Amino acid sequence: MDKTVSTVEEAVADIADGATVMIGGFGGSGAPVELIHALIDRFRATGSPGQLTVINNNAGNGGIGIAAMIKAGMVAKMVCSFPRSSNAEAFNTAYLAGNIALELVPQGTLAERIRAAGAGIPAFYTPTAYGTELAEGKQVEEFDGHMYVRERWLKADVALIKGKLGDRMGNLTYRLAGRNFNPLMAMAAETTIAQVSELVEPGGIEPEQVVTPGIFVDRLVEVAVPQQEEVLVREGVEY
Amino acid sequence: MAQTKLTNAQIAWRAAQDIPDGAYVNLGIGFPEMIATFQPEGRDVVYHTENGVLGFGAAPEEGQEDWDLINAGKKAITLNPGAAFFHHADSFAMVRGGHLDLAVLGAYQVAQNGDLANWRVGSKGVPAVGGAMDLVHGAKNVAVITDHVTKDGKPKLVETCTFPLTGLGCVTRVYTSLAVVDIRDGHFVLREKLADMPLEALQEVTGAKLHVDGTIADLVVPDLSGN
Repeated sequence: MDKTVSTVEEAVADIADGATVMIGGFGGSGAPVELIHALIDRFRATGSPGQLTVINNNAGNGGIGIAAMIKAGMVAKMVCSFPRSSNAEAFNTAYLAGNIALELVPQGTLAERIRAAGAGIPAFYTPTAYGTELAEGKQVEEFDGHMYVRERWLKADVALIKGKLGDRMGNLTYRLAGRNFNPLMAMAAETTIAQVSELVEPGGIEPEQVVTPGIFVDRLVEVAVPQQEEVLVREGVEY
Repeated sequence: MAQTKLTNAQIAWRAAQDIPDGAYVNLGIGFPEMIATFQPEGRDVVYHTENGVLGFGAAPEEGQEDWDLINAGKKAITLNPGAAFFHHADSFAMVRGGHLDLAVLGAYQVAQNGDLANWRVGSKGVPAVGGAMDLVHGAKNVAVITDHVTKDGKPKLVETCTFPLTGLGCVTRVYTSLAVVDIRDGHFVLREKLADMPLEALQEVTGAKLHVDGTIADLVVPDLSGN
């Protein structure tokens, strides 16, 4: 079994127009910058894939990563919990001009909706958002004297994630707090594409240390010295 | 001259005194993060951040940041011995599952029944909620730290919130620039107030009745003007 491909271009080559794309990371921590930029390159060269729905905790920062996707005009809708960032100009401009839709989801509900999709659970109840405008129109139910809101699973066609170590079977580890949404998104997408900082042979990751088992990963590519979104934003880089 | 209100640092200091040894605590982004600075000596407190870290410590020296190691406010952090990483679903299981002892948040308004409004003030602009609506459910205690009034002098402790709600009946204690107030059975119960402030004057800048249950202690904090 060998799930590796040799370039990021190859890794994202079949993502279609209108796809729902989960992108791992929390701010710049654990964000798969090279996979995102490869997708932007493809859009600039071919006009595809456009009209994407992007699922991430945030909605891009500065002029790189998801912010650059929005500036390029590839994103029709964002599903996120916190579209604010140190420089959220790309999303704010598109949103206030009515060029991008927003589904705002509380952060824990976003995580659990993604986890539920990966676990085959179509809906669940949570206390989060009960009685607030984010629960309007949703079914509620009382359990043991407390009120809960029913939330649906959240699936995607593709997940772009970032790992630290990966082996050819797709087993992954993560670096520091860069884990965040990545293992959940790996479970919830039809096709999960991982960039890893170091590709190793099977057995190169101790089984006890595997965080995402390879069954959740379809394709992986090594990006040996990955860029860090926060560093690029601070340098004012525009992609 | 008597101090007429506490500074933010003093409010944070006061809140820090109530965090017991061994507590698992989430501090909301912004002002509540300051509480960790005033953790009393000799107490072990484990701080949780939504993006998947338990047991983080102070910010690193400038230039030493590793941007894969951040807190929910996207600020660089360090790790204390015994720290742990986990994914976002586990992180919010800790929140909603009742595993945290305390969450401390900021507020636009707190109502006497414990309703909290802290995520947006109107329907304009770009809404952003983050983890606020999750954090108010599950922690054994949910405290708020806030100025007692808004910048233009309006009460932030109110009968009923007028701003969009973050959660219903979730706040258990409020530390303000003038007082410490508990929320019990749909009422504000005054626990501490600045010694030089008459109860009537405090009531005047509070938007709902302050109940008294036993003695009202003096709200005493150190100067902290060097902080």
